[in-house]
Amino acid sequence: MSKLGQLGAKLHRGDVSYDFIGHRKLWFGVSLALVALSLIGLFARGLALGIEFKGGVEYQAKVKVTDSTVDDFTRVVKATNAKDLGDPVVTTIGPGSVRVQTKPLNQDDIAKVRAAVAKEAGVPLEQVTSQQIGASWGQQIANKAILALIVFLVLVFAVIWLYFREAKASMAAIIALIHDVTITVGVYAIIGFDVTPATVIGVLTILGYSLYDTVVVFDKVRENTRGITASNRYTYSDATNLAVNQTVVRSINTTITALLPVGAILVVGTVVLGTGPLKDLSLALFVGIAVGAYSSIFIAPALLAVFKEREPGMQALNRRVKAKRAQAAGVSAPVAVAAAGAAPVRNAVPDTPRKQDRPTGTAPAPAARPMKATAAGRPQPSRKPRSKRGK
Amino acid sequence: MATTTTSRPARLLIALAVIVVLLFGIMALTKTWTPKLGLDLRGGTTITLTAQTLDGTGTVAADQLNEAKNIIQQRVDGAGVGESDITTSGGNHINVAVPGATKDSLVEQVGQTALLYFRVVYDAQAVAPAATPTPVPSGTPTPGTTPKPSATPKPSATVKPSSTPKGRAWSSALGNATTPKPTTAPKASTTPKPSTPATSTAPPATSTADALKYTPDAATQAKFATFKCGDKQTDYPGQALFSCDREQQNKYLLGPAILNGTDLSDATAGIPQGGFQWQVNLKFSGEGGKKFLDATTNISARGEGANLFAIVLDGETISTPSVSQPIPGGQAQITGTFTEAEARDLANVLKYGALPIKFDVSSVETVSAQLGGDQLSAGIWAGLAGLALVVIFCFLYYRGLGIVVVMSLAVAGVLTGASVILLGKAIGFTLSLAGIAGLIVAVGITADSFIIYFERLRDEVREGRSLRSSVETGWARAKHTIIAADSISLLAAAVLYILAIGSVKGFAFTLGLTTLIDLVVVFMFTKPLVTLLARTEFFGHGHKLSGLDPEHLGVERLPGQTKPTVRPRKTPSTRKPVGGEI
Repeated sequence: MSKLGQLGAKLHRGDVSYDFIGHRKLWFGVSLALVALSLIGLFARGLALGIEFKGGVEYQAKVKVTDSTVDDFTRVVKATNAKDLGDPVVTTIGPGSVRVQTKPLNQDDIAKVRAAVAKEAGVPLEQVTSQQIGASWGQQIANKAILALIVFLVLVFAVIWLYFREAKASMAAIIALIHDVTITVGVYAIIGFDVTPATVIGVLTILGYSLYDTVVVFDKVRENTRGITASNRYTYSDATNLAVNQTVVRSINTTITALLPVGAILVVGTVVLGTGPLKDLSLALFVGIAVGAYSSIFIAPALLAVFKEREPGMQALNRRVKAKRAQAAGVSAPVAVAAAGAAPVRNAVPDTPRKQDRPTGTAPAPAARPMKATAAGRPQPSRKPRSKRGK
Repeated sequence: MATTTTSRPARLLIALAVIVVLLFGIMALTKTWTPKLGLDLRGGTTITLTAQTLDGTGTVAADQLNEAKNIIQQRVDGAGVGESDITTSGGNHINVAVPGATKDSLVEQVGQTALLYFRVVYDAQAVAPAATPTPVPSGTPTPGTTPKPSATPKPSATVKPSSTPKGRAWSSALGNATTPKPTTAPKASTTPKPSTPATSTAPPATSTADALKYTPDAATQAKFATFKCGDKQTDYPGQALFSCDREQQNKYLLGPAILNGTDLSDATAGIPQGGFQWQVNLKFSGEGGKKFLDATTNISARGEGANLFAIVLDGETISTPSVSQPIPGGQAQITGTFTEAEARDLANVLKYGALPIKFDVSSVETVSAQLGGDQLSAGIWAGLAGLALVVIFCFLYYRGLGIVVVMSLAVAGVLTGASVILLGKAIGFTLSLAGIAGLIVAVGITADSFIIYFERLRDEVREGRSLRSSVETGWARAKHTIIAADSISLLAAAVLYILAIGSVKGFAFTLGLTTLIDLVVVFMFTKPLVTLLARTEFFGHGHKLSGLDPEHLGVERLPGQTKPTVRPRKTPSTRKPVGGEI
């Protein structure tokens, strides 16, 4: 674990880094492919809507499941001759439970089928669990959920805008959010998990969660880019990339601690209860949180950088940084190329007090090659190779 | 905040302890030690009704929904179900929660549409089991007593006009109220004066005038004679109706509807100024007032004994006041020997009947006590497992700081538990399975804020600060991040809670609650605790197991702890970058 701690330190200093922003085209591509796949899955296969969305009656009873359980229950339920019964769907849940689903029935028939199920299962009437859903209920839940989603998006846009004073941050966060939700829903469509109201809860909760990590990363970006245009050392993308690298351990840790309890619910819900709201909810959360972590690292900051780089101020900064680096590279080009693949920028905000703490070497002349930390543990300047520099 | 926490961590810890003690004090005082569990955890039936306007368009107003809720409460109570919990939600839903096993018929009773009609009474018979088979105690009705079996508690009543169209309506009723002379019918069951059996199978009466022309034919009367309370009946406004009163002691042969609920605009119960008898004041809509005038003109002319009309809700006769004079002006009072409860009940019925809403049974969920218990224990196990995993992870990664995580989670757990229990008592918050899931998920959110702080703290140390100053500077920065991130979570929870329906609500509530508690714990417990711990030898000097040791942080040594031998550095904050830009 201390290895991880050291990795965290190296990431923080910029000794080790991954160029998240530089590779954005790759990750945008991955995400676009995933979103496209999700949409295809959604429209081609559709969602496996649970009874809650279609309307109908569902019974569940404890019974010792045998090979003939499904047939037995189908037979007795059909024998009730309930009106509009359709084909009852009988499934077994684990080794000790059976579930019967029918089309919507009238109240008298609901009681009849319940009695039949209880008799076949050999349990008292009141031990048959049932759920009766009106045909429009699922639609109402869905409508409310969509309304909640839209209201939430609008509010989140406003809140992030207010907090970061940056509409582009809102844009990036919300695109990432829509990305997360789309992929989660896509996973449901493609794998064919049952969608129940609990799933809807899960998907809606992803909203808050996905943004949690994104806000953490953006907060660091803001810190690193404060007053960035006053200097000509780093572009917005450089500073953003540093921020992502500095927060990546944090993002991974928060994701792990979020996934652990959700995973516990998923396992317990599946193993102990077989099916039900616990499983549905935690499954959606599990997928959503994982996707959310991915997007808060690979997608949201890159989007923010792309949006910001379009600003005239940032483009001017880019030109200055480029010119400066070209000048510097003119002096030490041969060596710098040799050092390709080393460290990126490490100090994006030279004029915040905290960053000033770190002495960045004594020689005014650019270092010939990126330096490793000295024995004193003092971080030393390093520079991007030409291949990684510029836009 | 930062300055207080810097100087006095103990103060915050004491404040938190006071809060915890207060919460538990309230719990002890109210003797509530267990949360209110939802029916999916202890077994029972939950019915969700969706209110719609009768024509399917338009929205249902909040007070209409509340009125409907009260009536549904009465229906449920009437069904002999104890401990039911009826709430409104989402602007157009009514949730009926009935613990334990229930009959399937409850759903039907609860969900039926309120149909309120005024109908002329053509015949009335007692059906009380003990009572004589047919004719009700005949003879002269003495004022103040009903001709019905005396067992009937229902007040007989009279409708009176309001002398003044507005405001002073009560004054006219004064006289009536003081002398409760329920003119109620003698209901000579023998003849409801079927003067002409001509219009036998009456064509559906469409207007008040048509309805008033109705007279029951012989066939109808024959059927009525065999009618028993509880027989299934469909309440068509254009046709005659057999109906019973609530106690099922009298049955009535009623004509087509002369007015319906929507002709009423308001009904209130009250004691007129200067009076002492409860009465119900009616207000009709413009059209309704005209209809009522026509109806009362007609009915009052029918003479003593036949001048009755029935107020029928859901096919059940609620009251049968008599009319002795035409009532113009769109206002009237029903007077009689009402108790306050009876008057209010009648007013509620009338108000509710005036509501143009009907109900769809949206969902009925019956959970057996057995499955409820299984779900509860599964939820608890999942929660414990989740907690344990998070704690293990935090110990592995943060070593000694894991202690802080465990203690903080424990405090959060205590606060959450107390809040859930007290909110169950105070606002009837019930903990459902989805709510438990919300609590478990919240473990992650709570741990997230510790991680944000710890990582920040480590970053500060890596940047060359002493541990003790890192605790403060790291907090100053982490604080904002935690607030921002938690605000988003709260926002999500609030939006979900306000807009969503069904089980989503319970989940959103616990999620929002735990996010708030997370903020409280991080500010009032975790941060002060870390400040105090940083003063100890173990943490402050970066013991190997403290989670703050140099190796663990990936730095050579902790700044300010060991004097560097080579190239001594000044305190970092005074250093200016000397150049060295790339």
